Amino acid sequence: MLSLLAQIAIFAQTGPGEMLEGLKAIGAGLGYGLAAIGPGVGIGIVVGNAITAMARQPESAGVARTTMFLGIAFTEALALIGFVVFILLLP
Amino acid sequence: MTLALEFPPISHLFVWPDFAFAGTPLAMNKTVLIYLAALVLTAGLFLIAGSRKTLVPVGLQTIAESGIGFVEDSVVKPTIGEIDGRKFMPFLTTMFFFIFFTNIFEVIPFVQFPANSRMALPLFLAILVWFIYHYEGFKAQGLAYVKNSIFPPGVPLALYILVAPIELLQVLIIRPLSLAIRLWANMVAGHLLLVTFAVLTATLWESTVIGAVLPFAMLVLMTGFEILVSFLQAFIFTILTAVYIGQSIHPEH
Repeated sequence: MLSLLAQIAIFAQTGPGEMLEGLKAIGAGLGYGLAAIGPGVGIGIVVGNAITAMARQPESAGVARTTMFLGIAFTEALALIGFVVFILLLP
Repeated sequence: MTLALEFPPISHLFVWPDFAFAGTPLAMNKTVLIYLAALVLTAGLFLIAGSRKTLVPVGLQTIAESGIGFVEDSVVKPTIGEIDGRKFMPFLTTMFFFIFFTNIFEVIPFVQFPANSRMALPLFLAILVWFIYHYEGFKAQGLAYVKNSIFPPGVPLALYILVAPIELLQVLIIRPLSLAIRLWANMVAGHLLLVTFAVLTATLWESTVIGAVLPFAMLVLMTGFEILVSFLQAFIFTILTAVYIGQSIHPEH
């Protein structure tokens, strides 16, 4: 929000083209940052619970590990889509 | 104060010029060379390991056998099942090794480019997997495959309005796209990370020698991390393929 205000303040001295470039960069950064929050929490939950399962039943660690990687892969996809949008939006 | 950091534009990091057959469909560049090298490595590993079979494995046979054992134990058995999965073992094993070899060129000195950070190979493999799991689904279940994949059992009747379009989208579009994007974006991110720390190290080495220590330590650390990532992404691609094939063969009850 502050950076947005700063952009508008800079806009007084610069042309509209540069403003667009700056806003694009801010949007790209914000897009990636926001997209990383949810998957970060999600992967934490997945791995934490998998470790709990492995600690309780070490004999089923193999199955828990495989399922953990699957869960990570599905959760991570959202963060990666955010990363792709970040690259696409780069000025 | 600026550090005179000149980061190359992203297109310079991933687009390589053609050096042979330029302008034709057979144009060769670094990416194509890495594909060919990975093909030769994968085929060579299994052909050489299979040509001299001994009861107690030695040399390359050890690598091949432990790789096959790894794919069988942690990919095929939990997802497709031991008996049904035997048919897919060659495909999944070679795909695992091929993706791993194309990824690992990210950290091999003087190459240092993950071929999977270009969308061509991940998308091709994802489309191949798409065709395979649909074919296996129709072969195993007939036309019931369409019903089973769009209308999963155990859902309240009214919810099918919501669930059926999502499942249809997932089976047709989201699965192959997410497979391809996952592999591609991980490799792009890894390559960008390594390039960032390498550029930082080089720039700081020129201006302030002592300042280059920290970025260089990070570079070494990240190289180790990227080895893990390239292995993990090959594993995840393979296990998701196995999961999709398994779901096509055995419908949910």
